[in-house]
Amino acid sequence: MRQTIVRDVSDLPTFGFGPRSGPWWGAMGFMALEGMGFAIAVGAYLYLYAINSSWPIGASPPDLWPGTLEVVLYLLSIIPNEYTSRAAHRFDLRKVRVGLIVMSLIGIVLLVLRGFEFAHLNTRWDNSAYGSIVWLILGLHTTHLATDLGDTVVLAVLMFTRHAKPRRFSDVTDNVFYWNFVVLAWLPLYVLLDWVPRL
Amino acid sequence: MSMAAEKNQLRDDVLNGFQLSQQLERIWRTPSGLLGALMSVDHKVVGRRYIVTAFVFLLLGGILAVLMRIQLAGPENTFLSADKYNQIFTMHGSTMMFLFAVPVMEAFAVYLVPLMVGTRNIAFPRLNAFSYWMFLFGGCFLWISFALNVGPDVGWFAYVPLSSLQYTPTKRPDVWAQMITFTEVAALAVAVEIIVTVFKQRAPGMTLDRIPLFVWAMLVTAFLVMFAMPSIMVASTSLILDRLVNTRFYDSSSGGHPLLWQHLFWFFGHPEVYIILIPGTGMVSAILATFARRPVVGYPVVILSLIATGFLSFGLWVHHMFVTGLPQLGAGLFTASSMLIAVPSGLQIFCWLATLWDGRPVYRTPLLFVLGFIVIFVLGGLSGVMVASVPIDTQVHDTYFVVAHFHYVLIGGAVFPLIGAVYYWFPKITGRMLSERLGRWNFWLAFIGFNIAFFPMHILGLIGMPRRVYTYTADMDWAHLNLLSSGGALIFALSFALLLINVVYSARKGTLAGDNPWNASTLEWATASPPPPQNFDRIPVVKHRDPLWADGESLPVVAGLSAERREVLLTSLAEAEPQVREASPEPSIWPLLAAIAMTIFFIGSIFTPWAVLWGTPPMAIALIGWFWPTGSKEDEA
Repeated sequence: MRQTIVRDVSDLPTFGFGPRSGPWWGAMGFMALEGMGFAIAVGAYLYLYAINSSWPIGASPPDLWPGTLEVVLYLLSIIPNEYTSRAAHRFDLRKVRVGLIVMSLIGIVLLVLRGFEFAHLNTRWDNSAYGSIVWLILGLHTTHLATDLGDTVVLAVLMFTRHAKPRRFSDVTDNVFYWNFVVLAWLPLYVLLDWVPRL
Repeated sequence: MSMAAEKNQLRDDVLNGFQLSQQLERIWRTPSGLLGALMSVDHKVVGRRYIVTAFVFLLLGGILAVLMRIQLAGPENTFLSADKYNQIFTMHGSTMMFLFAVPVMEAFAVYLVPLMVGTRNIAFPRLNAFSYWMFLFGGCFLWISFALNVGPDVGWFAYVPLSSLQYTPTKRPDVWAQMITFTEVAALAVAVEIIVTVFKQRAPGMTLDRIPLFVWAMLVTAFLVMFAMPSIMVASTSLILDRLVNTRFYDSSSGGHPLLWQHLFWFFGHPEVYIILIPGTGMVSAILATFARRPVVGYPVVILSLIATGFLSFGLWVHHMFVTGLPQLGAGLFTASSMLIAVPSGLQIFCWLATLWDGRPVYRTPLLFVLGFIVIFVLGGLSGVMVASVPIDTQVHDTYFVVAHFHYVLIGGAVFPLIGAVYYWFPKITGRMLSERLGRWNFWLAFIGFNIAFFPMHILGLIGMPRRVYTYTADMDWAHLNLLSSGGALIFALSFALLLINVVYSARKGTLAGDNPWNASTLEWATASPPPPQNFDRIPVVKHRDPLWADGESLPVVAGLSAERREVLLTSLAEAEPQVREASPEPSIWPLLAAIAMTIFFIGSIFTPWAVLWGTPPMAIALIGWFWPTGSKEDEA
């Protein structure tokens, strides 16, 4: 077909932040489907809770301190996370590097803490359906924690190489965005795993 | 790249005609050679592979169907053993649902959606390549297992406790469950790609109310995939865990419950039906508009119906569980919602009838398949409303009535539009027309064969023949109808043989198609057949819902995209206003390597939980390789 040029887009930028960028929407899509995964797992927990007369089954509730400590750390991590995001929006490479290193360290601490949480669940996965669903949910969230930690570490390293080009700052903000999802997902799971068995 | 260098970049506004095509083709083409083919991230190449692979699985699943019909053609037949029969009906259902129906619809979307919204590649093209490999490996895993006599034999919904370790101590259910994981990973990846492509890569001016109906249908489908498939992944994972490390999800002696499986399965399984059907309706809308020579009547009604169907499909799953002893209130609620979903489907059918009525229909093969769809799907819908009612469902549950019903819905609702779509888009994909003469034979054999094969099953079900029996005795009086049904199945199979012959013949000898052989209105017809690697030399600007009918001879386009690196135009979500010229990833071998690593992880983890430990590092390495910049122009902008 014959073509008539009616518009010029050469002045447009080559990357954007947030909803203007493709990867942001990709992250949004994955958060939606992973969020659905959490919702289904929570649904399975509540189903098992509803059909069993005693809960937890043959075990005492998880010890509170690891999960609670995690909540505090997760909430505090929003501060350096937000700091990283703002630095990335300003293309401040030095501050972004600092932010990513801090976030990597926080991720490692949380992963270690998660190990303690598994050890203090007071049940094994093969004890009862209660133990199974608790391990499944905690495992699911740990996968997210570990994945985001991996992503953060790789990005941190990348920002120290020659590849730290302007569009990578947009990737940093997407990573920040995903971390908030990991934090947000933990809050209801904490209530479910640590407090529902105490009802 | 510095701003100065960026300014000096070669743009598509300084090139023209042949020069521009050549330059863009050089940037966008798939590298040559075997390695190049394995690295391809072109949505058309991946989409074509996806379509062909899904049709190979249709052929395999179809052969199994024929084997079952031979076995059932007469009483006390010994053609298949009971064990083989169990494997075969499980393999048939699993192949058709997970390796054919869902993937083939997504495959068409992978090929067509970027063309229809006027962009150069799908969003996340490497994820797209990865998705295809996962689908391929998952399908091969299932079929190789079957060849080794480890094919699943617990039905396509693998109910516990039958699929538990206690009752099936072989690896067969694990093969089924892990095949699910493979295909769901693949499907979820495509869903995200489609959503982002439709949200962000539409041609400038393609506002929400100018999106082609097929694209709307695929968008709604992608959302259904996104919210339904996590449920089956939780289900398949927990089943494998129960079987491998003794978790107790489905063990009623330790607080678990078999009904949990049914809830998880059908919370996915019912939307699944619409994941297969809604793309079919999108194909129907696209074909109807072209052959009725007018836009589909009630564009907003059709879209709202699609969205309503999507929402309602999540509120029906319990109707698969009416005989499990649900509370009456629950049964009543799910009966009501099951009947309610007939309303948006009915609305769409009236819109299509009105389109035909008001149009000047040209009865070519694609339209014949659409008409066949309307007849068969309405019949399937009617028996659907019947089984939505608890008393009827209680009577016919697990009988051939249900088998008849869902084949009417799925073959009528999805396969007929799909074959119509093959006839409709084959010229775009290959550049050649399918034979119209063979097409008509294909349609009539399919339509007649289908009805002879499946209509008698309604009656067989009503007179008490249960599904999934490998044989029956002569005194049941089921022999004649079964023989009739088997005869119909052979005619139906013959129609697919004709399709295959037509495709193979026409791909070499068919009439050349040209850009727009049907004089259709949507953007995929504005480029060459088959489209060049860059899809369009310049991105179209859309001013009308039916751009090619409205713009006549000259297509309005944008200029200013890079002619030196792969670049796509991102636009705003609602108004499709240009926002960003974003780099699109170049070919890479890493998606294939990542898929291989994940395959080892998945297959390993049905044998030992330690696979999670040693399977993760290779996956992590592959993913880092995938995302690590190579210093290409695409990476460094």
